[in-house]
Amino acid sequence: MKNKTIKVDYLARVEGEGALLVKIAGDRVAEVQLKIFEPPRFFEAFLRGRDCRETPDITARICGICPIAYQMSAVHAIEQACGVQVGGQIRELRRLIYCGEWIESHALHMFMLHAPDFLGYEDAIQMAKDHPEIVKRGLRMKKVGNEIVTLLGGREIHPVNVKVGGFYKVPRKPDFHHLRENLLTARDEALAHVRWLKNLSFPDFEKSYEFVSLQHPTEYPFNEGRLVSNHGLDIAVEDFDAHFQEEHVAYSNALHCRLKERGAYAVGPQARFNLNFDRLSPLAQEAAREFGLAVPCLNPFLSIVLRSIELLYAYDEALRIIDRYEMPDQPSLEVPFRAGTGRACTEAPRGTLYHRYSIDENGIILDAKITPPTSQNQKSIEDDLRHFVGPRLHLPHKELTWQCEQAIRNYDPCISCATHFLKLELQRD
Amino acid sequence: MKKRRKPKLAVWKFASCDGCQLSLLDCEDELLTVVGAIDLAYFPEATRAVLKGPYDLSLVEGSITTQHDAERIHEVRRASKYLVTIGACATAGGIQALRNFKNVKEFISVVYASPEYISTLSHSTPISYHVAVDYELRGCPINKLQLVEVINAFVNQRKPAIPSHSVCVECKMRGNVCVMVARQTPCLGPVTHAGCGAICPAYDRGCYGCYGPMEAPNAHSLGNHLVQLGMKSEDISRVFRTYNAFSDPFRQASEIHEK
Repeated sequence: MKNKTIKVDYLARVEGEGALLVKIAGDRVAEVQLKIFEPPRFFEAFLRGRDCRETPDITARICGICPIAYQMSAVHAIEQACGVQVGGQIRELRRLIYCGEWIESHALHMFMLHAPDFLGYEDAIQMAKDHPEIVKRGLRMKKVGNEIVTLLGGREIHPVNVKVGGFYKVPRKPDFHHLRENLLTARDEALAHVRWLKNLSFPDFEKSYEFVSLQHPTEYPFNEGRLVSNHGLDIAVEDFDAHFQEEHVAYSNALHCRLKERGAYAVGPQARFNLNFDRLSPLAQEAAREFGLAVPCLNPFLSIVLRSIELLYAYDEALRIIDRYEMPDQPSLEVPFRAGTGRACTEAPRGTLYHRYSIDENGIILDAKITPPTSQNQKSIEDDLRHFVGPRLHLPHKELTWQCEQAIRNYDPCISCATHFLKLELQRD
Repeated sequence: MKKRRKPKLAVWKFASCDGCQLSLLDCEDELLTVVGAIDLAYFPEATRAVLKGPYDLSLVEGSITTQHDAERIHEVRRASKYLVTIGACATAGGIQALRNFKNVKEFISVVYASPEYISTLSHSTPISYHVAVDYELRGCPINKLQLVEVINAFVNQRKPAIPSHSVCVECKMRGNVCVMVARQTPCLGPVTHAGCGAICPAYDRGCYGCYGPMEAPNAHSLGNHLVQLGMKSEDISRVFRTYNAFSDPFRQASEIHEK
């Protein structure tokens, strides 16, 4: 057997600029590199000296696909630093806007970025020629997410209404009327879509993982909870830095995050599903069972189904929040500054997003650290490819390359997010 | 009527958050119509397929921050009949242009773990610093309907109908109460380019300038007014130094109030 190389110089249908290199020596995989060449933008550096109230607006600009995740992690971390906890309807509205982002992001990924792989199309536009109803359904389902974020945030990308302490302005109950109708329709479509996904064939591939996600006592996680894993991790978010470590590798502009004790781990829908199945709404649990999903789900190619289950949950949860909504007296709480450090994890569509800020008594940021989900998944992505490629070396080169791309897209990697966090303190570890 | 060849559209990414190119995929109602009228010849975020250039219209997202990108933008220009920048990064250098105000050597040594792994330029610059640009669409992020209008205009060889007045005009059109007059809330609306639809004042906050300077703004005068509203110098400097910090009018206003 001779040596060969699988190379994808510019990964398509992922957010940002990345490349893949798999080196094969004889019949074994010698090396896998997920290269991220997206230029770094230095957010942690220029956050120093900014007013901590600017963090939701500024960190949103790390990612145009999941700005809400950045806004939520930022405001919760600053509020924690200042000793403020937001409850009641403002807390509920934060869950609601997060539902909107999950819907936008999951629908984008499932229909526009991932589904074409399963059906053998280069993109969703080509797929739309043969499956117009599926693509149109996806666009309709996605649009409801945009509606939620636009109603609560002002616009779908980089919304303007989230602030430390709550919102600038909160909706009146009748504002939800039209949205509610659309959510009911979308929930039905999501249910139909989970059933349609049974038509796809999924590569036969399973692997053991350490899954990590937030876990709340009763809710499927968005903004609160402890960090848990299926290998015994159970820590408060404040202890993140004691258990997780980032490494700088030469071929990537994004740091690789690992568990200090055990190495690679995975975050995202698969981790959330496996760790929080019983916190899903009854409808979402039932749809998962009907599909034949069980905990643990160890095939990463099934992530497209898990996203559809989370999508269904997001519609369900949004309806629950809207139906119980009462307009709060104040759109936000006062957050008096005090010197200190605050930390928060929230569940971005792609997985856990960690923010840490140290501020002075005037609310000026002294230090910032941001660990996005894709940096946490990089090692898992590379591990998946290492195991996936070996038994498939007999496949034609083109087909194997495409399947490798698909395996990367299982994680919905957001490379724009992953690249900005080359930090001095990472080297101190 | 003779069937015309479909124009070829390319979407290029430089240093950015992907939000502006995502705006195209966020056009749920228009997307299939738009792609019916054009060929998506190069758009890696959406497709594996690549058609060879030249391209009739190139949309460029992101700013130039590396030597490699400074060279790549010339290739993009050569391959494009029309080149349109989309968003604050491509048009003004973006939030990452905040590095332009720092002592670069010190900045890099503080931030980078292993500088030898990284290649970066000392400044983040707009596309127009490097090549000729046919049109600049503003916003952080851009307005998706304005994007559809720009694509439509270039495909049909006409001028885009995009107003260049201030956010104040949009505020009046939307029927907002002026947050600065009524509540003394600091607002960059009077100097900021229209396009967002005056969202921030509609949500009870001041405009924070994400569309960058309007045509011929008087940022100096607004800065003085913000002083009268009781804002501290460093705060005024900061509000001009965000997503369009390196655009001349905002840069100058921020420098006047820099301590």
